[in-house]
Amino acid sequence: MDKYTFLEKLFIYSAIFIFMTFILLPFVEMFYASLRPLDHLFRSPYQFYSDDLSFWAYREMWNTVPMLGRYIFNSFFLASSVAILTLLFVIPAAYSYARFNFPFKNSSLYILLAINMFSGAVLLIPLYKVLRTFGLLNSYQAMIVPGVAFLIPTAIWLLKSYFEKIPVDLEEAAFVDGASRVQILRHIIAPLSTPGLVVVGIYAFIGAYAQQFLFAITFNQKKEYMPIPSGLYEFIGYQSVKWNEMMAASLVGIAPVLILFVFLQKYIVEGLTAGAVKN
Amino acid sequence: MNKKLRSFNSPTFLAYALIAPAAIYILFIVAYPILETIRLSFTNSSLAGEDYVGFENYEKMLSSKKFNKIVTRTFVWMFFSVSLKLFIGLIGAVLLNANLKGRSMFRVLIMPPWVVPIAIGMLGWLWLYNGYFGIIAGVGMHTGILDGPFGFLAYKQSAFISTIIADVWVGTPMVTVFFLAAMQGVPKDLYEAAYCDGASKWDRFYKITLPQITPVIITMSILSAIWTFNSFEIIWILTEGGPRGATTTLIIDTYKQALGNYKFGRGAARAVVVMILLTLFAGCYLALLARINKKISHG
Repeated sequence: MDKYTFLEKLFIYSAIFIFMTFILLPFVEMFYASLRPLDHLFRSPYQFYSDDLSFWAYREMWNTVPMLGRYIFNSFFLASSVAILTLLFVIPAAYSYARFNFPFKNSSLYILLAINMFSGAVLLIPLYKVLRTFGLLNSYQAMIVPGVAFLIPTAIWLLKSYFEKIPVDLEEAAFVDGASRVQILRHIIAPLSTPGLVVVGIYAFIGAYAQQFLFAITFNQKKEYMPIPSGLYEFIGYQSVKWNEMMAASLVGIAPVLILFVFLQKYIVEGLTAGAVKN
Repeated sequence: MNKKLRSFNSPTFLAYALIAPAAIYILFIVAYPILETIRLSFTNSSLAGEDYVGFENYEKMLSSKKFNKIVTRTFVWMFFSVSLKLFIGLIGAVLLNANLKGRSMFRVLIMPPWVVPIAIGMLGWLWLYNGYFGIIAGVGMHTGILDGPFGFLAYKQSAFISTIIADVWVGTPMVTVFFLAAMQGVPKDLYEAAYCDGASKWDRFYKITLPQITPVIITMSILSAIWTFNSFEIIWILTEGGPRGATTTLIIDTYKQALGNYKFGRGAARAVVVMILLTLFAGCYLALLARINKKISHG
């Protein structure tokens, strides 16, 4: 195939640069702001340059946001719980969809896709009532219970496609040789589907980490259960926002998911796009 | 196939039993709330209690000028946001599909807006849009485009545009990634044949790439329309629907009615409108998906 001329290369790289600037500007600016002293941030007229950059805000933020450690723990705890629960519900369902034929199989799969399109925002009123009836408001469960529900549909679709890749002959052979279904599950399916389970688990974790705002501000008023986004959001309403520390805290809060994603992005992207782009 | 194998492959009871936990969970947390929302929309439910009021909520809502404005605004907001996402996403995918050094690194670098909690990304945008100390106003003032501090979220029109840009920022990475995946699925021999026939790069894009990825473009436009329609956090954090309602979309209005004013009945009526519209979108999406799948399976 053809090569690019120097001019074409220059053009493409410049275009990529502009594209990347749009995508990364908020993060770069957040990081830069987190390094600048507060009085430099609030200088008028605007100045781009600060000479005494430091990581001071990363130390001070723990005093300004006293429960920051707790928020970070909560974010992790919530996302892990949601991910584990989602897997527990999804593994048997996805296996069933991947292996068996039964009435209403396809229509129920499409219903799952349709459910995916309802955001929690529309169903807040009845969800509020359900959670209140069970006494779950203002607790971890207030965020976990609805969180799981909205991740189940995509997770089933994702995991189903992993299970479908395991050759059914293996299972059939074992079955004919007299292996029980439990034995098949333990000795054939479990080891072969581990990579798929990890990817779907990570997908659920990142999804759960990302959705920690709406349910958190609506169903939970208690500070000790707040995840990072809603915890930090509280501070934005204050008269004088310490932006450098706010940005430092935000970056620390998102670092774990970013790192996780960078290592696993290949598998996650493959899994998510496979459904939409299969040929 | 022997008898034993057949019983292995179609045990209906077992199949349903395995699905049951997930199905019951969704019935309880998604399906029941949908029905309950519809019921509530016919009541004047509030913290004080509820009475059946028939179609009153709907009549009031549909005859209010404010509500009609909100619906129009939602669609205008959606239109610009979705078109920009698709347009920028397509350009981004073409750029990152070019066979150049560093492209795998760029592909990772475009993901953060998609992966990071939206609420945290929006804290960054709040700072960017700051009229005195944000970098956008800063650049504007230094280049003379702005003659003084300018709060992007403080004026009706600029707030409307600013929330669209932030929404495009959140949605573009995913669109780009899907377009990119589709472009890489286009059979290589199509390009080679065209290259041998002397087709230019533009011809190859216009006559091969574009038609080949059309199904994905259609899918992504409907999916982004749905997500954009549902978008709540972005507007809520940046403007809470202000200034003076300039960025209040249907979702924001529903939330405000229900959980700001505790008018559950009125909020529910709005939620029902949202659900009807979403069902329409979802119907289009599923119909198209079924058609595309049919085409693929029939060659």
